[in-house]
Order: sequence, then structure tokens, then C-alpha cells
Amino acid sequence: MSEPLLQLDRLDVGYGDFQALFGIDLHVAEAETVSIIGANGAGKSTLLKAIVGLVRPMRGDIRYAGASVAGTAAHKRVAQGIALVPEGRRIFPSLTVEENIVIGGDVGRPGPWTKHRVLEAFPLLTRLLKRSGEGLSGGERQTLAIARALMSNPRLLLLDEVSLGLAPIVVRQVYEAVPVIKAQGTTVLIVEQDVNQALAVADRFYCLLEGRIALSGVPGEIPKEQITQAYFGMPASGGRP
Amino acid sequence: MVWTNAVIQGILLGGLYALFATGLSLSFGVMRLVNLAHGDLAIFAAFMTLSISTTLKINPLVALVIVVPAAFIVGYILQRLIFDRVVGVDPAFQIVATFGLGIVIQNALLEKYTADTQGLNVGKLKTSTIKVNDTIGIGWLPLFTFATAVAVLGSLALFLQHTKLGRAFRATSDDADAARLMGIDIKRVFAVSMALAIATVALAGVLFGSRSSFDPFVGPARLIYAFEAVIIGGLGSLWGTLAGGITLGVAQTIGRQINPQWGELFGHCVFLAVLVLRPTGLFGKVQSR
Repeated sequence: MSEPLLQLDRLDVGYGDFQALFGIDLHVAEAETVSIIGANGAGKSTLLKAIVGLVRPMRGDIRYAGASVAGTAAHKRVAQGIALVPEGRRIFPSLTVEENIVIGGDVGRPGPWTKHRVLEAFPLLTRLLKRSGEGLSGGERQTLAIARALMSNPRLLLLDEVSLGLAPIVVRQVYEAVPVIKAQGTTVLIVEQDVNQALAVADRFYCLLEGRIALSGVPGEIPKEQITQAYFGMPASGGRP
Repeated sequence: MVWTNAVIQGILLGGLYALFATGLSLSFGVMRLVNLAHGDLAIFAAFMTLSISTTLKINPLVALVIVVPAAFIVGYILQRLIFDRVVGVDPAFQIVATFGLGIVIQNALLEKYTADTQGLNVGKLKTSTIKVNDTIGIGWLPLFTFATAVAVLGSLALFLQHTKLGRAFRATSDDADAARLMGIDIKRVFAVSMALAIATVALAGVLFGSRSSFDPFVGPARLIYAFEAVIIGGLGSLWGTLAGGITLGVAQTIGRQINPQWGELFGHCVFLAVLVLRPTGLFGKVQSR
């Protein structure tokens, strides 16, 4: 069996003296969509930050495309094909929407995602091109953040809490982009608090609880009660996660 | 007419202050670094120019073709060796590191050139004047300085707005971590921005030394004017820096017109007034970070 595109081996991550992740073992195969679910503070975003290089692991290894990237600088990982749509969108306010899109492709790999292709996939952005990155609605900002990340033609796209703060209809629109992205052969790793949404698009999932993997599997094969228990760390009482 | 002349002289002086302030604005705008050695680096460039022009027997302004590129390289190296270690950490470390560098520069200059005041001899350019009428005269050197400031600021504005690296500068200024996620090498952006900052302040130092006398210890006063120009104009606005420099220059010349002792006092008063009435400066934006 070939090596997965992304593999985390016994990964410990923290900030100073505070350890947020403990011995994470996780793998994502090429062209797979994997969701990481977990309650607030479970360490989901820290995990993504470690994968993109914004936080250095304390111990363990991050292997991407067969090589360790644990010591590789964040900007070099983008050139290698890892892109993150960060929590909070992080749109550049002093750049126009068009510049925000283009800057995503300044460093990256050649591939199917060009400015033209991105605007075809997200037509909403076409009429906003000359607008400042400031003052966009939440949905517009999220769409722009995804478009910007795609411009680097990532092999592995990480989506961090893309539904956070968005109206349900906008969340649905944002998630409609996932199959479009998958169709280009991009591997997608989704971090999400909205469990139903995350499981609906995933081939596999991991559930984090207090910095550790509490459960993993294929959505639909694991009973909801078990997922709820792993999510909250307590036996299910009939509620939904 | 004497007031009109004071305003004109103030505008031209403002060009020099803007040139001093440009690098400060750039380094603060891109990496939130307050370089307290900024003024000392300007005076260092003036002394280097003095040595080069004396040794090679060339006009100090011609020596700029050596000094400005050298300052660019010095800025790049300083960023990589010293300033990178204090960006994004407790500002107290920035203060200690840059203030310390300033002291090292002052004492190195004292050792090499003594405390004697020096000047750069640019020949007739220093005294040549366009005589408009009996009370208004525009010096060629102040005019050249002002034109240089406008050209430098205009070039920087074009660079920031229309080049890939300029776009990376603006993105890094907005959100350095998000810029890293775009594949931008922010350490390189920091180094180039400091290189540009030191190159512009070297230019300012040489033009200052061409119109005034200087010694190893006048750097901190230049730093204060540069700060005032940046803050009056508004943090992060290049053209605001020019407006800030002009405002400061005009305030000083008007003050001096009222009483020769009041020039600097008037400048500081205008700075304080702007701080009280419009803390974000004339063209500054309030940004949520």
C-alpha cells in the first residue's frame, strides 16, 4: 500500500508550557476527504496550524508526500502544495478582492486553479473584484478565503471552521464547493464544529477530545451515540452533537 | 509676504522630514518595528558620505550612488542579524535592541570622527536660490530635497501598489501569519522593507548633512522629527508621511518667523495638538487587528 499523502506520527503540539495535542496519529490518503470534529478547545485548529507550520510540534513527525515537513517553514509548505483556509478567514483588508485572489497564486504549484477558473467556480466574487477586502459579508469573506487558497493549486487543502459565524444557507453554499474541489483531485482535511456538515462530506473522520483522538472511522458505519460520546467525553443522553 | 515665504520654506523643509520619516513609516507599517536607531543611521550615512566624498574627491551628492545601495545592504543585514530577533516579541526588546544599536553607532562615530561638527560640501547648490521677489527666495537644495522626497514616496507607492513584492508587503502588514499561509517569506519581506527604510534614511541623512552641520549625536533629534511626521501624517500612510513632514516643517518655520527660538516648540505643539484632536493622524486609518 502506498504511503498516505499526509501522516502524523505521535504528534505532540503546544504553546510554551501548555500542551494542546497529545500523541496524534492520523493519516489522509490522496484524494480523500477527512473531517476532524471535536468540541471547542479540543485542539482541532492547533492540529491544522501544526500541519501548515504555524506552530512547531514538540514531539512526533508530520510526513507529507513521503517526506517529513515538521521542520519546514510555513511558506515553503505552501509551495509544496499545502494550503489552509484559516478560521476567521484572515482576508487582507488593504488588498482588493482581486488582489486577495491573485496573492494566493503568487507562490504555489501549477495546476487547474487559475483566476479565471476560480471565478467560474465562485461567480459571486466576479462582481466584487475591485472592492476592498474590508467590508465583505461573512459568506463573501469565506468564499474569498477558499478561492484564495485554491489559487496555490494545493494537493492538500485544509479548511478550518468554514461554517463558523455563517448563516445556514451560506454554510450550505460553502460546502457545495467541496465536491467541486474534490473533483480536481485535491485532498481535503476539514476541521469543523458542525458535526453533521463535516460528516456529510467526509470519507472518514477523526474525533478529538481534549487534545487526543477519541474516535475515528467512516461516517455511517459508527453509531451516532458513539460519536456523541467521543465528542463530549461522556455517555450519550439522546442529544445530538 | 514674509509669512508666504515662511510657509514655502516650511513646505520644503517638510520634504526633508518626510524623507527621514519614510523608512520609519515603512518598518513600522510592515513589521510593527520602531527603530530607535533610525536617526543615528541617517547620521552614519552622512559621515560615510563625508569620508567617501573626501577620499574620492567627489561631490557628496554623487557619493549617493555608493552610499544608498550600501545602506540598502546594511539594512538587509541588520534585519537578518538583529531586528528579526525582536519582531513580534515584547516591544521592550525592540527598544533595547534599537536603542543599543543607536548608542553603538554614536560611539563608533565619536571614535572615528571625534565630536567636531561636520558638513557636506555640495558646492554652489547649497547657496543657490531662485529669487521670486524681494522677500521670497527658494533654495535649490531645499527644492531638490523636496523633489527627492516626492520622488521617493511616489516610487514607493507605485512599488507597493503595482508589484508582486509590494503586494506581499501590504499583505504582511495586514496579517503576517495569513501572509505566511500564502507562501510569502515574511522574513524576506521584513529584510527588504528594512533595507528600503535604511536606504531612504541614508538619503535623508546625506541631504540633511548637505544643508546643516552634524556631529555623532544629532541622530536622536532627527528621530523625533521623523516620529512626529509619521504620527501627524498617520501610521501606515506614505502620502500621509509627506503631509506630516510638511505640517511639521511649516509649523517650525512659522514659529521661527514669530520668534527665532520658537521654531521647534511650534513643531512639537502642532504634533501634540494632532495627537489630542486626531490621534490616528491626518491620513491614518484605524485598523482592527
